[in-house]
Amino acid sequence: MSPRNADTRAATATPIGTDRDVPVIEFDRVQLAFDDVVVLREVSFTLLTGHTKIVLGASGAGKSIMLKLILGLLRPDGGVIRVDGRRVDQMSERELMEVRANVGMVFQEGALFDSLTVRENVGFKLYEQTRIPLEEVDARVREVLGFVGLGEFIDRMPSELSGGQRRRVAIARALAARPGVLLYDEPTTGLDPLTATTVDVEIVKLRDLENVSSILVTHQLRDAFYIAEHEAVREVGDGFRVVRASPDKAEETEFVMLREGRLVFEGHASELRHSRDEYLQAFLS
Amino acid sequence: MLKLIDKGIKSALLEVQEYVLLCSAALRAMVSPPFFVHDIVEQLDAIGVGSLTVVILTGLFTGAVLALQTGLTLDQFGARPVVGRLVSASMVKELGPVLTALMITGRVGSGIAAELGSMTVTDQINALRALGADPVRKLVVPRFLAGIFMVPLLTVVSDFTGVAGGWFVAYMQLGVGSGVYWTSVQEGLYLQDAWMGLIKPFFLGFVIVSIGCHVGLRTRGGTQGVGRATTRAVVAASVAVLAVDFFVTNLLVYLMY
Repeated sequence: MSPRNADTRAATATPIGTDRDVPVIEFDRVQLAFDDVVVLREVSFTLLTGHTKIVLGASGAGKSIMLKLILGLLRPDGGVIRVDGRRVDQMSERELMEVRANVGMVFQEGALFDSLTVRENVGFKLYEQTRIPLEEVDARVREVLGFVGLGEFIDRMPSELSGGQRRRVAIARALAARPGVLLYDEPTTGLDPLTATTVDVEIVKLRDLENVSSILVTHQLRDAFYIAEHEAVREVGDGFRVVRASPDKAEETEFVMLREGRLVFEGHASELRHSRDEYLQAFLS
Repeated sequence: MLKLIDKGIKSALLEVQEYVLLCSAALRAMVSPPFFVHDIVEQLDAIGVGSLTVVILTGLFTGAVLALQTGLTLDQFGARPVVGRLVSASMVKELGPVLTALMITGRVGSGIAAELGSMTVTDQINALRALGADPVRKLVVPRFLAGIFMVPLLTVVSDFTGVAGGWFVAYMQLGVGSGVYWTSVQEGLYLQDAWMGLIKPFFLGFVIVSIGCHVGLRTRGGTQGVGRATTRAVVAASVAVLAVDFFVTNLLVYLMY
């Protein structure tokens, strides 16, 4: 890590989940209901450092809600949620700020601030929450925009970007403060297959080249399996290529299936493909 | 039927609870760091400087029509020369604060509700929180401060332009001499009137921005929801301005006169 990067990291947050295979997010019998509608019923799972969980389920199954619970944007009615060993379900808004410093989220549709430029969006956290010199923030913004291949769009407004570009800027924004965990809420929904693959590649790159733990909520099976069954490999210089995942790498990505708020499957891509459960088969067909 | 009434009462109480919680959170955030100075200055400019034209025009024409109407009535008693007294007292004590507040409700209250509403329905508020920023400090406090401090200033501008509009009509149409008009303006005003005209806008400014922020942050249901929120904010704030004006006037009359 360069000295400049080290400064940025020190000024943003204490890195979490740096040891591999340590639980970074834990759901323990989490329950949530809005009035009479039960959204989550005793959902339990664990995300290990450097691993990826892909949450599948029909619309309204409670997938996106899970991500909001992790960030403390919503509170569960019951159960325990831990992020890096700390219970977020009981934290005050002020305490949650510390947790959020280490968790990035890519919202559905991007949720970019439409009155700010791409530069201001991506550097928002660093400009507003840290005392890092502006030129260093600028350098970091250019770095992450370069990572998602949008360096030349730095001074554009979000309204001047296509849907796919907005998602990639959202990924850059979530990435700028070097979070240990990234949460993706339907990052490819509504995108054409080619653009969706570009976003998928960014997710694979972050997981394999930056060692970011992630939870991906989607109902786009093509994208889910692409991410689970591919890995990014560094090449000489700054290059990389995406290849079929090795068996060890494939083990690091697990699927979770939600049905009417209940967790009905947890396992790897091959287990999901060969499941004989009728609902899963219907979902995959 | 009972179930519906029960639901209605609960939702009204919830609305009041959320409004009070938002106001108390904003008031706490106003006196504790961090402060988003850039956002505060931006809102002072948007709400204050941005509303100048509409407030000047409103004040000018209100004062002018007031002079015209009262001049005709005063003629019946041969009291046309005291038209300045009527214009100044009406503008400073009542019409200046209330009309300015109503104009700002239309321009600023609706803008706040629409802006925060569209941020809410597009998840930008959640994104703010996810990025570690407190929406109350970042979005609500700057608007509260701008509303509370700019509405009184705009009211003073409106009062002056109103009296000036009254002078124009009194001099040009009613044939009242300038000296007579301005002497009458001074005679019609007491210190308590000036205080009343200055204190009321602080409350009215607070009401406008707090309702705009509250309605905006509770917007649901996409772009249609934003439209509904904007209408609700303007209607609720307009009614609240008139109601708060009545109660604050009562209180000030009790305390000062």
